[in-house]
Amino acid sequence: MHIVVCIKQVPDSAQIRVHPVTNTIMRQGVPAIVNPYDLYSLEAALRLKDEHGGRVTVISMGPPQAELALRKCISFGADDAILVTDRAFAGADTLATSYALASAITQIDRTHAVDMVFTGKQTIDGDTAQVGPGIAKRMNLQLLTYVAKIDALDLVKRSIQVQRRAEGGVEVLTTDLPCLITMLEGTNDMRFATMENMFRAARYQVQLWDKTAAGIEDLTKIGLKGSPTVVSKVFAPQARTNRAEIIEAEGDEPRDLTLTLVAKLFTTHPKLGETIVRRAA
Amino acid sequence: MNAEKIAPRKPAKGKVELDERLKAYKGVWVFVEHERGEVHPVSWELLGEGRKLADKLGVTLSGVVLGVPGPATRRFCEEAFRHGADSCYLMEDPVLGNYRNQPFTKGLTDLVNTYQPEILLLGATTQGRDLAGSVATTLKTGLTADCTELNIDMENRTLAASRPTFGGSLLCTILTLNYRPQMATVRPRVMAMPDRDMARSGAIVEHPLGLVETDIVTKVLQYIPDNQQDRPQLAFADIIVAGGRGLKNTDNFQLIWDLALVLGAEVGASRPVIQAGWVEADRQVGQSGKTVRPKLYIAAGISGAVQHRVGMEGSDVIIAINNDPNAPIFDFATYGIVGNAMTILPALTRAFQQQLAVAKMAG
Repeated sequence: MHIVVCIKQVPDSAQIRVHPVTNTIMRQGVPAIVNPYDLYSLEAALRLKDEHGGRVTVISMGPPQAELALRKCISFGADDAILVTDRAFAGADTLATSYALASAITQIDRTHAVDMVFTGKQTIDGDTAQVGPGIAKRMNLQLLTYVAKIDALDLVKRSIQVQRRAEGGVEVLTTDLPCLITMLEGTNDMRFATMENMFRAARYQVQLWDKTAAGIEDLTKIGLKGSPTVVSKVFAPQARTNRAEIIEAEGDEPRDLTLTLVAKLFTTHPKLGETIVRRAA
Repeated sequence: MNAEKIAPRKPAKGKVELDERLKAYKGVWVFVEHERGEVHPVSWELLGEGRKLADKLGVTLSGVVLGVPGPATRRFCEEAFRHGADSCYLMEDPVLGNYRNQPFTKGLTDLVNTYQPEILLLGATTQGRDLAGSVATTLKTGLTADCTELNIDMENRTLAASRPTFGGSLLCTILTLNYRPQMATVRPRVMAMPDRDMARSGAIVEHPLGLVETDIVTKVLQYIPDNQQDRPQLAFADIIVAGGRGLKNTDNFQLIWDLALVLGAEVGASRPVIQAGWVEADRQVGQSGKTVRPKLYIAAGISGAVQHRVGMEGSDVIIAINNDPNAPIFDFATYGIVGNAMTILPALTRAFQQQLAVAKMAG
């Protein structure tokens, strides 16, 4: 069995700060991490490997420093790592990204047949959830998104049964391999890196693939040129016409402040007052 | 869509001439999503928003309904008219009973290629996101996820789709210039629910799917509905009390629960609180959590970053409690108290109790 897991190196968004005066992003010192959603998919893939044997290959598209994120995945137990990196990929939106990754995974498949592809549910920097479905469509893989649990994998019949999160419940689905799975967050805990794998990761040479190695046939489909969407502007949100009315009271004691606020709420918004009384009853 | 695409290196300004073959694309479409016989409310919210876009462009607004043959599916078309659609594209087939990626992707793609809409909107749900990514890739067109604002750039007759970027600290506007249709997803509750007009009706255009069950690889074995009582119902709550990082620890977060209990409110939280594990992920309000539109939203110890703001600024009345008078939340709250949430919250709980006791005696 051969599983390919797609990962992305992202800035740790919890640590991104906006400059209070210029309203621009302060990138300095923001650590880069493996997109947290990808780790649920990597762990699910590693568990399938534990159970059924085989290999797990991690792949990423990004700048040369994304090699670190791939090495991290080796330390968790992935067997091989490939970084698809070329200036020609810069500025790709999700359509161009899925083209490049699908092309690279097809190259992998030629030397070592791929049974399953995993991607994260979405990334924390782009939040689009589009690259996984895009790769599946381009490679003609059965698509299983928002998977909460993998019930069974039958490598002889080449079928898989999963539980997929829908809006009002969980669907139990069965499909054939090859397929592409995106795991739901919180469905497993990433294992700790073993000492042995940490040593292996430190020595591991990530394979670097440029556009030729990734098998890119049509240069108009990658990077900025292959991206239908353009960012026309980036802006800070407007303040509402009125800033908040700041409640003041004699002495500024919590008791006085809150009594003033509640009285104001009930007199200025009588219908809201009725709702509160009704709900509290 | 891709957060790295911050610097517009393509000329996004000025008029862009559409390819001749794309000029035939006309009209605004909304995919009407349903599960277990119920239309997801996000579809009606999108028809409300789609109505405004169609009126600006001077084109028709259509609902797109895919489902099993029968009166239930046709009723979704009638409901789409009542929520603002002028017409409906209807595809009925026994294989469209449960949502599955393969037949729905084929169905929606065929409809788009046949009838050529310029804009196609879907809900950013587990179904809408699954389908939108597959359809946009098949059509080789642009798709903007989780938009918080949709508008028309009149110069280019183009959809201007805005969404948070950079972990929710700024917003960006994305255009799909020389590709059609222009696709976008919007999360539930981001747009207001339009009024239902029972007098409205419209024309139904039927189109066949052309697939049989044996063509479809994925099978649905079972559907296990959620026990609705067990899950927080933030999206449609009247009152929400939410806490943020400013509460410092999980013990202090109890003050949020205390106030919520008195008000019969749901409890919400900002992203750092979820990441710290003080409450379950279902309670996250914001771009990466839920979007809510309650009558009253009380935010304590929440700074009001864009990530959180886009999830709750549709609330009727917002009360902000924060010890930093310069916190961005005061830019868009209705009322503010500058002070320590740990002392203000218990006082506010008592103030509401007192007011409620008075109302009870009067009432």
